Amino acid sequence: MIELICISCPVGCNLAVELNDDDIKVDGHKCMAGVKYAKEELKNPTRNIATSVRVVGGDMAMLSVKTSRPIPKGAIQAVVDAVHQVTMTAPVMIGDVVLADAAGTGVDVVATRKIRGNVFK
Amino acid sequence: MQLAIIGGGPAGLSAAIQAREEGLTDVWIIERGKALGGILNQCIHHGFGVHIFKEELTGPEYAQRLIDKAYSLGVNFAMESMVIDITQDRTLTYVSEAGLVTAKADAIILAMGCRERARGALGIPGGRGVGVYTAGVAQEMVNMKGYMPGKRAVILGSGDIGLIMARRLTLEGATVEGVYEIMSHAGGLKRNIVQCLNDYDIPLHLSNTVTRTVGTKRLEGVYVAQVNEKWQPIIETERFVECDTLLLSVGLIPENELSKKIGVALSPITGGALVNNRLKTSVPGVFACGNVLHVHDLVDYVTLEAYLAASNAVRFIRGENAEIASIPIKALEGVRYTVPMTISPDENSCTISFRSDGIYESATIKVLADGEVIKAEKKRIIIPSEMEQITVEIPTVVKEIGIMLHCI
Repeated sequence: MIELICISCPVGCNLAVELNDDDIKVDGHKCMAGVKYAKEELKNPTRNIATSVRVVGGDMAMLSVKTSRPIPKGAIQAVVDAVHQVTMTAPVMIGDVVLADAAGTGVDVVATRKIRGNVFK
Repeated sequence: MQLAIIGGGPAGLSAAIQAREEGLTDVWIIERGKALGGILNQCIHHGFGVHIFKEELTGPEYAQRLIDKAYSLGVNFAMESMVIDITQDRTLTYVSEAGLVTAKADAIILAMGCRERARGALGIPGGRGVGVYTAGVAQEMVNMKGYMPGKRAVILGSGDIGLIMARRLTLEGATVEGVYEIMSHAGGLKRNIVQCLNDYDIPLHLSNTVTRTVGTKRLEGVYVAQVNEKWQPIIETERFVECDTLLLSVGLIPENELSKKIGVALSPITGGALVNNRLKTSVPGVFACGNVLHVHDLVDYVTLEAYLAASNAVRFIRGENAEIASIPIKALEGVRYTVPMTISPDENSCTISFRSDGIYESATIKVLADGEVIKAEKKRIIIPSEMEQITVEIPTVVKEIGIMLHCI
């Protein structure tokens, strides 16, 4: 039996996973996200990642960004390093693509914050 | 103004939204900062909104949804306005660009949030070199300002912000030597242990603490040691850890300076107001919700609590919320505190939030009415760092409600 902690949501269910060849049996989950997590975590673990990048011409120094969907665990540092090369220009809207196909993962990195352009006072 | 909400973070915004949706016209948020959304703006990681929006958002996204909704509903905002005094008759004084403003409110919702426990509260001896920060301050530096606090960090305390900063600093190129936690269990959510520490091979040292800091100009390192069951350092285990940064993630304290000025009675355990099931404080017409009331793990629960506070503030303004005697809710065996602390006898059911005083495996939550069990709910594990909730039907005649944990 493999013990996992589901990270799908903040509840953090303790999962007991039994692996028999291709058959995966999961126990301890409060919702089906736990079953999905256990199967993926054993086959191809993925994570959502958030960081921030520089933004010019706006009222903030940094723009918060995230992966639009989970990326393979092994690609985390490469994605973060690639997105750090980007400097955005305000205005920026939530969901704007900051880096398409980040580090060859096929996943876009998108803005999570609205930043207005500079307005002359 | 009809309703004055102090603070424009998630609690204040959610309360304003609910008050407008219930048809109250004159709703004000008074916010001391330049931006709405509060601390959510620096919480750029995922994990917000699973309950409220049924999707996993980042902090800034959750904040923006509330901000957009509050604007579309016609909530009024007094920005860069700091409330410095409130009297028992609900007259507010705040400082703003317009100078000193006084206003009378029919009802007030306290939504000022909380602040971090800092170094001074811990009394760690040693050099006072630069490099000791609370985790939240470091989070703002990295995420909002774009500066790194240092290259090699030790984190004291395993609260969620500390765990999240361990991952953040690692991704930004720093080395996190380890997380040291004085308790025998982690302070933060389990998922954060997995995805912030285990994923990056950052060790978590339970029953360990920082005993001294070294370095007069810049932090050069810290001494760490194991602690005994009374949390006293075991001197023989003390060892030196080289680092230029020490982050503190050692607890949050509800920000109640203003509440004290009004004369709101506070709980010595939560640090927040004593409230009944309508989230009414000891001062008539003054309600409290969010982290100023008690520290939450999840912003979704803050939003739900704020909805409840706002509904009751609206009822109070409309004269539908008569003052009646309350039934006490007692935190019994295994329970550190409950919110609310009292309940109105005319209420049919009530959701009680509570935290345990330790780790309980295969425990049963029991709710008692005058000593008799009226509800029992089984739990695989109950830990102090995760708030529990239980909803109970309240019997028509009862003198006291109690809540306890029972292990088989």
